[in-house]
Amino acid sequence: MKILIIAEHKNGQLTEATQELFGLSLGQAEVHAVVTGEGVEPLAAPLGQLGAAKVHLIDSPALASGTGESLGQALGQFIPQLAPDVVLAAHTPQGKDLAPRLAAALDAALATDCVQVSCDGDQVTARRPVYAGKATAEVEFTDDSLKVITVRPRTAKSPEPDATRSAEVAPVAVELLEQKTTLKEIIASDNARPDVTEASIVVTGGRSLGSAENFSIIEAFADSIGAAVGSSRAAVDAGYRPYRDQVGQTGKVVSPQVYIACGVSGAIQHLAGMRTSKHIVAINTDPDAPIFQLADYGIVGDLFEVVPQLTEAAKNRNGS
Amino acid sequence: MNIFACIKQVPDTTTRIKLRGDGNGIDEADIQWIISPHDELAIEEALRLREQQPASTVTVLSAGPERVADSLRMALAMGADSAVRLDLPGDADSGMNARALAAAIGKLGQADIVFTGKEAIDDGAAAVGQALAVFLDMPCVSVVNGIDYGDGAITCRRDVGGGSIEVIETPLPAVVAAQVGLNEPRYATALNIIRAKKKPVDTLTAAELGLTEANRKTRLKNFELPPPKQPCQIIEGTPADQAKELIRVLAEEIQAI
Repeated sequence: MKILIIAEHKNGQLTEATQELFGLSLGQAEVHAVVTGEGVEPLAAPLGQLGAAKVHLIDSPALASGTGESLGQALGQFIPQLAPDVVLAAHTPQGKDLAPRLAAALDAALATDCVQVSCDGDQVTARRPVYAGKATAEVEFTDDSLKVITVRPRTAKSPEPDATRSAEVAPVAVELLEQKTTLKEIIASDNARPDVTEASIVVTGGRSLGSAENFSIIEAFADSIGAAVGSSRAAVDAGYRPYRDQVGQTGKVVSPQVYIACGVSGAIQHLAGMRTSKHIVAINTDPDAPIFQLADYGIVGDLFEVVPQLTEAAKNRNGS
Repeated sequence: MNIFACIKQVPDTTTRIKLRGDGNGIDEADIQWIISPHDELAIEEALRLREQQPASTVTVLSAGPERVADSLRMALAMGADSAVRLDLPGDADSGMNARALAAAIGKLGQADIVFTGKEAIDDGAAAVGQALAVFLDMPCVSVVNGIDYGDGAITCRRDVGGGSIEVIETPLPAVVAAQVGLNEPRYATALNIIRAKKKPVDTLTAAELGLTEANRKTRLKNFELPPPKQPCQIIEGTPADQAKELIRVLAEEIQAI
């Protein structure tokens, strides 16, 4: 079996989500990687150390901005040349946008946001959440078309780079047609904290915070442990937090190592968005709040008393 | 302008999912069906554009079994001019749905712009907008939370996560997949909901759209509910004690901090 991993990079480094793809159980498959962008040759060595046998470089200034249209065109030309059985990408904003374009253009099967992927012999098994994690389902591939699969970040652990390994490097020439879409500008986030989908710890506040200002106690605690700040839908609807922080079926689905819900009762649509978190902590005055049914650790108490104490305790532990 | 909105009918967010006996799907009895929330944004954006552009029409499309007609009527009650159901099985994969939508748009007239939601909250595949654009040979901008309409072109704000925004310009016709923030969908009034019950919802069959089961490439099977959780370990004591203990657990047992 031949697998192609689409490598994403930021500031000259492979993204964590890309490295994790090499940690999936890929059996004896022949693993290729493809990198797009300008001046991407230095990424070949780390890809080789992660396990790529061959790294294909599509190096072009026209791909530096990486619009879905240009990446779709470039990879849409390259993939049939390589003719892999499976294309893997991370389920990130870039991968999510790109994979359906490729699947449609290449008449391939598509399975997005998979939380379990393994290849064994010529068998590919994939499982994905449905109903925002209220259940999972296995993806049956009904014919032997190319399979395009995106994998949810944190599904696998990135392997340790093996310095003794190196990949064959092959430049690839593609012919980019005139682009219809133009990337005019990137407006960088004013959020100094990690995004809820990327952070390993998320501290979430609910409507019981009572105001946007009161979220400062959540922020202080999050900052003391390097966490992202999340919000329930009720708190977003009340105007306490921006939509980008919303965790739940109509917001973002997260699965950090630790999820700390403060004053979140646990509406079913919220639980759907965080239930795959590895460890769940709930802090709530109501011992019967549904959030405690999902939580591993619970504190029955008033978040206005407990959360500032947590910030204190975290700072003391850090010795600051 | 010829404006299209493509929507999907999904179980309401408060639905408790029960699995079918054979494990290859969910039990649809007692499910309250709604228009997927991001698709409501697509309908709303189509209606607002029609208000700015005289002599425009809004056509709403949805692929799925007969129950889907109710959601299409809700779109008519919101103000869409016409609605067409594409008669596909409820478990058609996103590629099939996108092909059916593209074929329907091809049959119903030249589209100037096509709106859809960035993803449906049932399978969350986030695929139909981009795939549809490939089949229509149109550009696509996904996860859009703001649009400036220009002359024959639009400028979109694309939410790329973490609060960062890409500003992307594209000529029309184009496919735009809507993200929360694009607009606030209107509510259909009770009177309009009653009126919409009498309005026709046209149907295009799979055969009319040139689709067969051979267009299917994936099928979901062996559904599983999440494993039951161990009971929650309650941390007792004064707030200061509770806090200290939780931080110790995070640091020593989970080793997360």
